[in-house]
Amino acid sequence: MRHLLSMRDLDRDGVLSILDTAASMHDVQRREVKKLPTLRGRTVVNLFFEDSTRTRSSFEIAGKWLSADVINISGKGSSTSKGESLRDTVLTVAAMGVDGLVIRHGASGAAAQVSQWVDAVVVNAGDGTHEHPTQALLDAYTMRQRLGDLEGRHVAIVGDLTHSRVLRSNLICLRTLGARVTVVAPPTLMPSGIATWAATDGFETAYDLDEVLPHVDAVMMLRVQRERMSGGYFPTAREYTVGYGLTRERLARLPEHAVICHPGPMNRGLEIAADAADAAQSLILDQVSAGVAVRMSVLYHLLASSGAGTAEGSVA
Amino acid sequence: MSLLIKGADLAGAGAGDLLVRDGVIVEAGAVSVPADAEVIDADGLVALPGLVDLHTHLREPGREDAETIASGSAAAAVGGYTAVLAMANTSPVTDTAEAAERVAELGQRAGLVDVQPVGAVTKGLAGEELAELGLMARSRARVRVFSDDGRCVADARVMRRALEYVKAFGGVVSQHSQDPRLAGPDACCHEGELSGRLGLPGWPAVAEESIVARDVMLARHTGSRVHVAHASTAGTVEVLRWAKAQGIAVTAEVTPHHLVLTTDLLAGYDPTFKVNPPLRPAEDVEALREALADGTIDAVATDHAPHARHDKEHAFVDAAFGMLGLETALSVVSDVMVRSGRLDWAGVARVMSVSPARIAGLTGHGRPLAVGEPANLTLVDPDATVTIDRQASHSLSRNNPWHGRTLTGAVHGTVLRGRPTVLKGALA
Ligand SMILES: [Zn+2]
Repeated sequence: MRHLLSMRDLDRDGVLSILDTAASMHDVQRREVKKLPTLRGRTVVNLFFEDSTRTRSSFEIAGKWLSADVINISGKGSSTSKGESLRDTVLTVAAMGVDGLVIRHGASGAAAQVSQWVDAVVVNAGDGTHEHPTQALLDAYTMRQRLGDLEGRHVAIVGDLTHSRVLRSNLICLRTLGARVTVVAPPTLMPSGIATWAATDGFETAYDLDEVLPHVDAVMMLRVQRERMSGGYFPTAREYTVGYGLTRERLARLPEHAVICHPGPMNRGLEIAADAADAAQSLILDQVSAGVAVRMSVLYHLLASSGAGTAEGSVA
Repeated sequence: MSLLIKGADLAGAGAGDLLVRDGVIVEAGAVSVPADAEVIDADGLVALPGLVDLHTHLREPGREDAETIASGSAAAAVGGYTAVLAMANTSPVTDTAEAAERVAELGQRAGLVDVQPVGAVTKGLAGEELAELGLMARSRARVRVFSDDGRCVADARVMRRALEYVKAFGGVVSQHSQDPRLAGPDACCHEGELSGRLGLPGWPAVAEESIVARDVMLARHTGSRVHVAHASTAGTVEVLRWAKAQGIAVTAEVTPHHLVLTTDLLAGYDPTFKVNPPLRPAEDVEALREALADGTIDAVATDHAPHARHDKEHAFVDAAFGMLGLETALSVVSDVMVRSGRLDWAGVARVMSVSPARIAGLTGHGRPLAVGEPANLTLVDPDATVTIDRQASHSLSRNNPWHGRTLTGAVHGTVLRGRPTVLKGALA
């Protein structure tokens, strides 16, 4: 059985096929009657060990519009001191007869580990600071709507790279689609070993946002967690904003056609100014609305095909 | 009743027989078979002084579901050990004379290896106040090695006082070198490109190296002995090499797993390979092998860390640290160090018995295979190949990183004070 654990699970054709299906799902969203019968009789469990109303609702609606039975289970804390192991928790859920398991967990690798313990299809809805593949897919979907084919397009990803699962999935997704990527952050927020990583995977790193901005087609601002400040990653919010925030002044440095993304929730005034968030180039609300369509597409590709005929056979 | 070991290669000294009576080697060389003797045909086997493990977690008291002193003793004997040092991070912690005596007594009751308790350096391993080091040293358990292992004695002033204090009774502080501020509370794998990609909190090499560097300077300042537990990086090796050249009284151990396994095994997030210090890249592994061969690292110690299945079946960052090691250590060292020619069997005796016994102050172990010496010894079949099966273990736990691997060199027998505890690879 196949899963979506990492953006590495998809090659270029796989990504494109999910994005194309998402486009037709997006059309369904605009209809009055939104339901498709595709996953009737199938059960999808949203197993969320970490709260995320936005992602969970998005998966929930996606499942329901495909006529799946969707159950939300919030996993309790996952510390060793709390007794039940992750494996036991997941096996208990899976034993109820689940076809798809959408898992969100605060620990990197949790979705991959779970996929080894259960027969159900596993979708990674965000694992720690590792990956969040459906977010990357919806980001790509949104950018493509505005910019067209991303091959050769230049995307800057800016902010707390170390702690961002969105970064990791987006890097893989954008490179798979042939985009040029530059990641920008203060050195303290660059993941360890990023220099060799960048060399192997073919992206660029930079510390100076102002040098990068005039050359991009899209800029993706990442959320900065305020608690990072006490961890000594940077001195003050003010200094961060001056160095790495998408301020009103920086907005002016962006090429006119360039778009702005943010996976949300935003810290307005810290990594992104209100002017930028609400600018005409901002795709932030489009990202949210694309989320449901992309997740419908993912569930369709993974679950409609299992047991029946393969949907284009494109999900690697 | 006596025991005759016939025709073993006496590590480095050529083939010979050993006759043992009342726990002591009474004749060596060509010995004719006495009428009352039990005979072990050791043709083709190598005899080593009984192995000594400086670093074992036996989990009793507190986590008897993962290991007991009895089950750990059985695993140790099968692994060729005649003495193990039981780390203090049990529950309750071994930080009093009574706790230490209790561990030693349970070891005697199991009767398979000498279980020598390690005392905590600080009360409750909290890193703040010295535990009753002197009372533990003067107790019947005769504690000589002190360690907060599992945690680093991070406060330089506490470390300094501990080093000074143990000089009174020839003690040594075995340090788990990990600056907790540099490594961070969630550190669970080597900090490098892979941890960046996997999104796992990294444990940088410098968090170990900076503590080792600090501690050798403290050892120089205090004129005391410091022991570096489970050295894992090339930088640590450099510091050790320098410190030894200065004549500073520092010793160090390396685990079998750090001699072979590398950080890339974590790519699949398998908690079996989660260990502290973490598995490092191949360059570090190579530096550790070299350091063990040239004596910069004195000893191999297992850091045998049994865990119940449910403590490992968590998401990687939440899973328990540690892997089993007692039953496989000799095979790993044989496979990686002897087969490659980096150590001969005399060298194995040095790093797995003589040096560990000397560091721990165990006078009855790590002795030459000679007349008048205690008959603690290990018989090794250097050509046997073993495929490691995690199910076939005397440990109560199954977190065995070697499962499925085939290694050359295996423990054939173990003799504790003249009594075989293991024969033909099985408990006697
Ligand atoms: Zn340790």
